[in-house]
Amino acid sequence: MSAREEILARLRAATADVPTGPGARGEVPTIAATSASDVETLDLFVDHVADYRATVIRCSPDQVGAEVAAALARGRAHTVLVPDGLDASWVAAAQTAGLTLRRDAGADGERLSADELDGVDAVVTAARVGIATTGTIVLDHTPDQGRRALTLVPDQHVCVIRADQVVHDVPDAVALLEPSRPLTWISGPSATSDIELDRVEGVHGPRTLDVVVVDPRG
Amino acid sequence: MSGIPVQQTSSTFLGMPSFQRAAREALGDTQQRRNLAHATATIRAKRAQVVGEVEQWEALRVAGAEAKDEALHHLPDYLEQLEASLTDNGAVVHWARDAAEAGRIVIDIARAKDTDEVVKVKSMATQEIELNEALEAAGIAAWETDLAELIVQLGQDRPSHILVPAIHRNRAEIREIFLREMGGVGRAAPEDLSDDPARLAEAARLHLREKFLRAKVAVSGANFAIADTGTLVVVESEGNGRMCLTLPETLISVVGVEKVLPTFADLGTMLQLLPRSSTGERMNPYTSMWSGITPGDGPQEVHVVLLDNGRSHVLADEVGREALRCIRCSACLNVCPVYERAGGHAYGSVYPGPIGAVLNPQLRGASSDVDKSLPYASSLCGACFEACPVRIDIPSLLVHLRTQVVDEASGRSPEAASMKAASWMFRDHRRLEAAQRAATLGSRLIGDRTVRSVPGLGAWTQARDLPTPPPETFRQWWARTHGEDGHTEGDG
Repeated sequence: MSAREEILARLRAATADVPTGPGARGEVPTIAATSASDVETLDLFVDHVADYRATVIRCSPDQVGAEVAAALARGRAHTVLVPDGLDASWVAAAQTAGLTLRRDAGADGERLSADELDGVDAVVTAARVGIATTGTIVLDHTPDQGRRALTLVPDQHVCVIRADQVVHDVPDAVALLEPSRPLTWISGPSATSDIELDRVEGVHGPRTLDVVVVDPRG
Repeated sequence: MSGIPVQQTSSTFLGMPSFQRAAREALGDTQQRRNLAHATATIRAKRAQVVGEVEQWEALRVAGAEAKDEALHHLPDYLEQLEASLTDNGAVVHWARDAAEAGRIVIDIARAKDTDEVVKVKSMATQEIELNEALEAAGIAAWETDLAELIVQLGQDRPSHILVPAIHRNRAEIREIFLREMGGVGRAAPEDLSDDPARLAEAARLHLREKFLRAKVAVSGANFAIADTGTLVVVESEGNGRMCLTLPETLISVVGVEKVLPTFADLGTMLQLLPRSSTGERMNPYTSMWSGITPGDGPQEVHVVLLDNGRSHVLADEVGREALRCIRCSACLNVCPVYERAGGHAYGSVYPGPIGAVLNPQLRGASSDVDKSLPYASSLCGACFEACPVRIDIPSLLVHLRTQVVDEASGRSPEAASMKAASWMFRDHRRLEAAQRAATLGSRLIGDRTVRSVPGLGAWTQARDLPTPPPETFRQWWARTHGEDGHTEGDG
């Protein structure tokens, strides 16, 4: 008997007492906190992202380029990665600020090696969903965010998220995401508490996380 | 018994003493006790705060338990569905009956990739099957990349906690290990390394980065495996997980069969329960999800090894199977008064604490000294059940297992023999008086010392100090102070 057949046979024997078939529990319940208003949700999101010692900047749509450039200047970045599908006005702002741009064309075009990525200071991306109760940003690595390695190897990540992308609780985000995409949930900069449970920001992922929240209300 | 094979106890844990004996030694290590008391108190407070923020916490726990039960009760169906979804997504699915078979599968894949090293994401399943040792024996170096696992690996030590495996080490000890060991296996620690946690983390970042950038093969576990979408989920903090899951060309994930969840929507529940219970955070810094292969992004060869290794044996026990709900958050360790004092090593397994006390004797069968003793490694205070995010009733499972251990030993154990002797003695007051006279005579020989063990009653007296018998029994004292006529009637 193959390992597969043997394990499945063991598991069938082990569950022979179960009278029901799969799906016995019925609908998957959605247990989520709710919010009185979008304003309250966005305020909570901003508070919780900041709690992780990420830098949060709220701005109006026409200020995004300037805020991205300012965040890169604070991080003392000289070279910056721009995914293929990034908003042209943000790219222009970084270029005007005198940064060297490195492009990564994604699946079809030329891609940087891991060593080349290691030589880049920062990366700028969009996002897919934000979660207020946890202060989380979710990337689904579509062209405005780039493949997974881009937001991992450089030491600074500047992430731009629109107010209308922020949902209140975890189940709201799960419902919006496309499971066939690779997904990265980011809650603050890389951290460890492995030494005497003292939190240290920055181990292997970006040590600096800047979140630019674009709010049409300004 | 079900006839379904148990897990073979690995050589590391063969011949481990009973929990009570190992715990007595651990209690003498004051440094470890101090480290543990500090760490568990800190994490308990953090957990309490973030769990308190969630109004519907109890409803979440119920939903979490129901999601795991749905999967466990129909495990063959959901595994077949998971296999089909993974295969559709371009992953290769392997099945491993036991640790040796899982090790062979991983070694064969690594050899086919012509590599002599793999980078590893912290994973309980690969620790359980001692994959690092198997790889090493095959000439393949396995680099642990989680900071705590790195500390344990470099220190040639064993993990003592599910979540923070180096919880028994303090910063000064970690600095020593880094200075002494890093240079031998890669980039050395800087000479001026201090014991500041930020400097220690920086040293780990530099040491491991060269390994991440050159590795061809990575090995991970998974926190969840979603049957309907073929998605694997890894929850972590440092980014070492993302490095391993993203940069190498080949990814091998070893996943216990109990990790399957029915649907993607179940993550809406689980990703609220796990981080708050585990690190005491609203959300852990990084969670990665991948569904097979994505062209142009991440590993282009993805393997999933579905591991039994005793899990089907646990599943066959209608009561004990509840332990398979465990999502390895370690909340039960942090609230356990026994774990806090004894530490993780005394449990004789990679699964310590209350959950280890119910899981190990079921996975491995209650035949060894340590596995027989584990159901007694608890005061049954119930704190673990209250903290468990998937409502595993650990105290009830412990009682269930105690019954099994006693049944297996019935009539042959020293407890059973001494109870039989006691009942014979109590039936006749003359026998009792004779026994008491013998005991008080013993006390005059022993003097004022506590009796720590009695020959033939080893197990019973291991965890209980026997008070020195008094020099005079109550009956002797009464006879001496009231005369023989004080003797009452009513013997029977």
